Amino acid sequence: MARLMPSRPARPATAPGGGPGAGTGTGADIVALFVPGDRVITRAYDPDHHTRVPRYVRGHVGEVVEVQGTWPLPDDRAQGAAAPWVEPVYTVRFAAAELWGTGDHEVTVDLWQSYLAPAPPVRADTEEHLS
Amino acid sequence: MSDGHHGSGSANAPIAARVRRFEERLSAAGLVDDAELDAILDRFLAGASPLNGARIVARAWTDAGFRDRLLADANAALPEVGLSMRSGLQEQRLKVVANTAARHNVIVCTLCSCYPIGLLGPSPSWYKSEAYRSRVVRDPRAVLAEFGLRLPPEVDITVWDSSAESRYMVLPVRPAGTNDLTEAELAGLVTREGLIGTAAR
Repeated sequence: MARLMPSRPARPATAPGGGPGAGTGTGADIVALFVPGDRVITRAYDPDHHTRVPRYVRGHVGEVVEVQGTWPLPDDRAQGAAAPWVEPVYTVRFAAAELWGTGDHEVTVDLWQSYLAPAPPVRADTEEHLS
Repeated sequence: MSDGHHGSGSANAPIAARVRRFEERLSAAGLVDDAELDAILDRFLAGASPLNGARIVARAWTDAGFRDRLLADANAALPEVGLSMRSGLQEQRLKVVANTAARHNVIVCTLCSCYPIGLLGPSPSWYKSEAYRSRVVRDPRAVLAEFGLRLPPEVDITVWDSSAESRYMVLPVRPAGTNDLTEAELAGLVTREGLIGTAAR
């Protein structure tokens, strides 16, 4: 089984005197790693527990459209974490051809930051096959 | 499917018994009380209807400023028409996506059946079906044609999969020849399917 979220950042340390979100991952300390226009790849992991990465986008490259806000990570909540990781959720747009190998539409999916990694750079000689 | 917790069923009595038992457990644990649950259910049953979505659309069709505010931040714009996304325990984020002559939008929840119930009322049974959820992301043009919406090939399609905490609603294109209609009459042209995106309006 793939380990949960192998590369997510370390949980922020508790701020002196506490404060909003201190040490609990509740929003204020969590940096959005991506901005609209960034190309991202969805982690192809297949956990035993509940997750909210639709299977059909796993391992596929998309483009960040919007940073929606921060919410608790469902994977942590489903496992009963006392202080679930709270992090940005993105609207990510995928081309149908990227997902299905065919089609001219696009699909946007809402994904927690832990589900995403920067997409590898596109090689110029293969770009037409990937876009 | 990793999350089927909103699935529909015809044998409701056992489900009702389980829900009641669950309520009792939550209440016994001090997490909710019956009055709080009753208030939420009343808000849903009394106020949740596609008429809300239709009113939002009619206002956006007649007030360009409201349309801009709605598309930029729907939660902030809804109070202008006396609505909010606070029908449950906490406010849910709403994103309104606008159809144009060149692009059509359609909503789905492939993981379960997320839906803006407070604005559109209970979702249609087909919205929760595996057939709709699995097919509309793969071949929306064919699925929409089965609903009777045949889009010209030059119209692009975006499918919005409500896979996290936001809920979506489509703002249809205002039909031609409706300049003389009042806002209330315009609202009467909008259907639930139009707000999901499986109809033109």
